[in-house]
Amino acid sequence: MNRTALVWRLASFAVAASFIALWQLIANLKLVSPVFLPGPDRAWAALVRGFSAGDLWSKLAGTLEHMTYGWLAASIAGIAIGAIIGSSRTMRTYVAPSLEFLRPLPVSAIIPVAIAMLGLTQAMALFVIAFGAIWPIMLATIHGFAAVEPRLYEVARSLQMSRLAVIFKIALPSASPDILAGMRLSLTVALILSVVCEILAGLDGLGHWVLLSARAFRSADLFAGVILLGVTGYVTSVAMSLAENRLLAWQAAQR
Amino acid sequence: MTGNSAKALALPLAVLLAFEVWARATHLQSDSLAPPSQIVMALIGAFADFSILAATRDTLFSAFTGLAIGTLIGLAFGIAFGISDTLNRLMEVTVEAIRPIPSIALLPIALIALGFGYRMEIVIVAFACVWPILILSRAAVRSIEPRLMEVARALRLPPAQRIWKIIIPAALPRIFVAFRLSAGIALIVAVTVEIAINPLGLGAGIMLAQQALRPDLMLAYLVWIGIIGYALNILLTVAQQRLFGRAALSGDSP
Repeated sequence: MNRTALVWRLASFAVAASFIALWQLIANLKLVSPVFLPGPDRAWAALVRGFSAGDLWSKLAGTLEHMTYGWLAASIAGIAIGAIIGSSRTMRTYVAPSLEFLRPLPVSAIIPVAIAMLGLTQAMALFVIAFGAIWPIMLATIHGFAAVEPRLYEVARSLQMSRLAVIFKIALPSASPDILAGMRLSLTVALILSVVCEILAGLDGLGHWVLLSARAFRSADLFAGVILLGVTGYVTSVAMSLAENRLLAWQAAQR
Repeated sequence: MTGNSAKALALPLAVLLAFEVWARATHLQSDSLAPPSQIVMALIGAFADFSILAATRDTLFSAFTGLAIGTLIGLAFGIAFGISDTLNRLMEVTVEAIRPIPSIALLPIALIALGFGYRMEIVIVAFACVWPILILSRAAVRSIEPRLMEVARALRLPPAQRIWKIIIPAALPRIFVAFRLSAGIALIVAVTVEIAINPLGLGAGIMLAQQALRPDLMLAYLVWIGIIGYALNILLTVAQQRLFGRAALSGDSP
């Protein structure tokens, strides 16, 4: 069984490789102007050059930094606010509907407001990323708190636990799958908003790098940047699933 | 229920009122804030000269065209991958390699290849919409009752009819959920592209208002974009319930 899975995996890699070969062929035959479409060889060379001689490392670090700080701020604030709202029935009836109303708002629309308030600065980027990334986390926390098995709350009441103890000992652990799922969604949002903010505000990062490369028609550098962004998205989401499995292992064992 | 909706409205109304009073009391002079009454006036003004309507048309045109293209592509691949396990396994690495690219990262590529305008925006929206549709329709096709497929085989339906008469109707409720998700994504991506770079539609409108130091107009655009997002969501949720009943919502995990 494992063996067949491996064979399939290899075959799948072969298919992906043949697509790359096809891309190379199209580029070599110049079916698409090389101004727009560099071959994989040139994109790879640009990637290697960017890392060894250029400043691709610092651009990557810049994007990761924006993304991580914004996402962490959103996670902390989102879980805290979500816990406050979710653990009180009054707050849920008064506040939650407003939040549900705000949720479908395209968060990038907040960017001009943030620019007007904070200018084209790092603070603006962090605010926008955190603002965008907070929604899935906060709503997931509220939802998770509301869905806690009611009998657990009854137990807490009969044990006369304080509200804080209830939050930390009962509600947060049992809402953790929801919260982690929200955090995973937010990770993508944070990456996208980091790129947008870098493009708009000219902040040091991959978003700015791809835009500059496009403006100068350096398509190989441009593709290198896009590939790197794809890798970033992939690696962060894999890391998040690993963390999720790890953190939720106790629950899987329980069921 | 009315009691609950009154409670739900209490907070936003209180916030708006407090803000209005505060702005008037302090004679607010700001590049980023404006009292709610001025925002409403700016919104009415933007409606009166049709500028916001034209911008809405541009944004929705790009978003929906991209959504339609993305849905068709995603559905075609999703159904193909759902039917053929071989194809699905062979394409797995390719799909997983392309999917994590943030849609907005394609913006510079679309920009140099297509220039400013509808086309580049549509391409980016379509790219963003393909994935949820592909993943969810693949899952939907796979979860079709196997006996239905046996019936199709017993009737010797040709593949095209099998897809059209059995697979699509059976998977449609869950495909519609994917479509609803994608519609939200389409609007978000369209507005984001406009804000980032494309001089078109609502996103460009809100950026212009900010650069013109018109906080009332900027916030009016923000409110309007929010209303559109909310209305689109409500519309599709209602459509989903009407078309497929409550059963459709069961597969709708947040």
